[in-house]
Amino acid sequence: MNNIATVCILGLATFVAMMLSALSQDSLFSAHMGILCFILLCTTIVFLRRFEFAPSGAAVSPPDTSGYMDEIVRYGVIATLFWGIAGFLVGVVIAAQLAWPILNLEPYLNFGRLRPLHTSAVIFAFGGNALLCTSFYVVQRTCNARLFGGDLAWFVFWGYQLFIVLAATGYLLGITQSKEYAEPEWYVDIWLTIVWVAYLIVFMGTIIRRREPHIYVANWFFLAFIVTVAMLHLVNNAAVPVSFLGVKSYSAFSGVQDALTQWWYGHNAVGFFLTAGFLGMMYYFVPKQAERPIFSYRLSIIHFWALIFLYIWAGPHHLHYTALPDWAQTLGMVFSIMLWMPSWGGMINGLMTLQGAWDKLRTDPVLRMFVISLAFYGMSTFEGPMMSIKSVNSLSHYTDWTIGHVHSGALGWNGMIVFGSLYYLVPKLWGRKSLYSLKLVNWHLWLATLGIVIYAAVMWVAGITQGLMWREYDDQGFLVNSFIETVTAIHPEYVMRTFGGLLYLLGALIMVYNVWRTIRGDVEEADKPKLDAAIPAE
Amino acid sequence: MADREIDEATGVETVGHEWDGIKELDNPMPRWWLWTFYATIIFSIGYMIYYPSIPLIEDSTQGISGHTNRAALQVEMAEAAESRQVYLSQIADSDLQVIRGNEELARFAVAGGDSAFKIHCSQCHGTGAQGSPGYPNLNDDDWLWGGDLDAIYLSIKHGIRNDEDDDARYSEMPAYGADELLERDEIAQVTQYVLQISGQDHDRELAALGEETFGSECATCHGPNGGGDREFGAPNLTDAISLYGNNAELIARQIRKPKHGVMPAWGDRLSDETVKQLAIYVHNLGGGE
Repeated sequence: MNNIATVCILGLATFVAMMLSALSQDSLFSAHMGILCFILLCTTIVFLRRFEFAPSGAAVSPPDTSGYMDEIVRYGVIATLFWGIAGFLVGVVIAAQLAWPILNLEPYLNFGRLRPLHTSAVIFAFGGNALLCTSFYVVQRTCNARLFGGDLAWFVFWGYQLFIVLAATGYLLGITQSKEYAEPEWYVDIWLTIVWVAYLIVFMGTIIRRREPHIYVANWFFLAFIVTVAMLHLVNNAAVPVSFLGVKSYSAFSGVQDALTQWWYGHNAVGFFLTAGFLGMMYYFVPKQAERPIFSYRLSIIHFWALIFLYIWAGPHHLHYTALPDWAQTLGMVFSIMLWMPSWGGMINGLMTLQGAWDKLRTDPVLRMFVISLAFYGMSTFEGPMMSIKSVNSLSHYTDWTIGHVHSGALGWNGMIVFGSLYYLVPKLWGRKSLYSLKLVNWHLWLATLGIVIYAAVMWVAGITQGLMWREYDDQGFLVNSFIETVTAIHPEYVMRTFGGLLYLLGALIMVYNVWRTIRGDVEEADKPKLDAAIPAE
Repeated sequence: MADREIDEATGVETVGHEWDGIKELDNPMPRWWLWTFYATIIFSIGYMIYYPSIPLIEDSTQGISGHTNRAALQVEMAEAAESRQVYLSQIADSDLQVIRGNEELARFAVAGGDSAFKIHCSQCHGTGAQGSPGYPNLNDDDWLWGGDLDAIYLSIKHGIRNDEDDDARYSEMPAYGADELLERDEIAQVTQYVLQISGQDHDRELAALGEETFGSECATCHGPNGGGDREFGAPNLTDAISLYGNNAELIARQIRKPKHGVMPAWGDRLSDETVKQLAIYVHNLGGGE
């Protein structure tokens, strides 16, 4: 699309946002549309300043579209890091708020509003941008083709950032449809739908025009992620707005059907966003970093289809011992148990790809990061099926054990695989011969690992303590503990958890510094030999 | 598959595809992985046969166990109720004094009251019944509305100053400042007098003036000596215990525009047996009369 058309559309959109703000039915919608109007106005100005004037008659040279489209991946890497730091920081803040409630700043910065900000920032902003940029990088290289659709990819990137900003500002204003991981209201949902369809077109188009006979396994996973998330998003967010000029909407579902739809969505957000998509990342960057072939083609086929088929049914395990009919609870549990091995298939294929390259672990902290990531993936995909067993769930449900479980997955598996992939990407994307410092990568690795281990361990203790205290009866059949006693009992764990999160944040800040120095083109020359010398030969 | 080759490090053949330098080995699926996968499937089939699992048009398959969460809960609740029935029926039929006199029954009532207190009362009165500003401490022997079993029972059953129960205990101290019933300096004088009778540092001159006002305005409810009157829930002003604070500023504030605590009527929400158990429990905390 040429610049004139873009500016016209943006200017029109700015005007519409301003009108919506002025005509709104409630002050929240007015404020939110005001924010949107401001963002669009700034964007319009940026585009206006980009006009180039060629002398009349002279042809404007078209941009080079022969090679891979890597500029967008560079933007994606920066966005991933930015949102990562934001998400981790808010995580540390809300962990501290739980330990010290006085830190709740009413009304904008209380736990209730910051918590969805944290979950959305890490899952959709950090994880989502990581998926966007790695999928764009991987699909071009494994298809040997430039991204399909030209500037449509840029629309996907910036459209997605707009979605994130609207979601985040909405949470702080108090706009929510109170569905976990799907908090944005109807108009933000519609915007995301448009962006997501564009994403699917870019990705599918690139696969269709590939110059390779087969589709690489990473792209199966990326495609499964994009298609399924589209379906989940559309169904769970089906709602009727009270007014087209107001924030409030009512879900198309009610009661237990609403709960089941929500957890069908919620669990598959984990399954397809945080598992399938990230397995796509794993299937490219692990063999690249290890410089080894994938361990087993056959395993990748079977575990892919088994994972895709089984995951979608596992959601009801979030609703054990509720109003959900017994049969649905049974199915939720057994599908979760059957999911164990298909999940582990990805771990096996990742770890065993290092066969013949295990020695590299001694010298390559980036590869070490991938291995730790896969280890946490294996641990949490064992823990998940275990927690879905009804008798285990009756202890673990509603406790901090669940929080520990998600974090060993999110910090361990998702976080580490993103860090590893970015460490691989950054020197390549900016044409540097290596990272600024491998020593700093190592620091990041161990700080993050220590942070996760502390976090997960204290949440196990806290969760099991809670679970046991809630169900404690005396010999006459009376409840022993009041709720607040179960809260004060785990205060030390809450403090420790904050500390674990702080270590993880610190590691990520080191990464930002390392990436920044790499992009600038600095390389710590003495780095590599020193690291080799520090490790004794066997 | 013309491009198959042998991987040097492992001696395994590749499948002959290559993407951006990535190849794939033709390893079989690990046996242990496959067999564990089969095992989870077999377990799942067995579990589905045993428990309700397949949705049908009207209902679902019931499973050979016939288990449902709802039924299991009902059985457990019935068992628990039955094991307590002996005590609960005695509690229902007996006076509070009789319950207290029967050692076994009293022990049961205190345990039950403790549990109910943690669920329903601890939010305001604290887990140890220690209270907090505005919410009375129930461990001491300073009672607003009476500290014998029957008085405690009535307080719990009907509550205090609520709109829901006509028998709720009710009283309201006038707002001497807000409604301009007393002058500013008169309030200051009464404040000093209250400090005097509660044994704290005070201004003698002002307190002497305040004594007169106290006699005409406050003594009706709080008693001529400030000893309080449980008929009106009027606190004893001569001790060191106070609901809203004991220093000059807080006393003056309470005279100017008093706060009035509200407590729900638990007789509407809890069974009479539970209210009785709560009364026994609170009475047993230490200050019961």
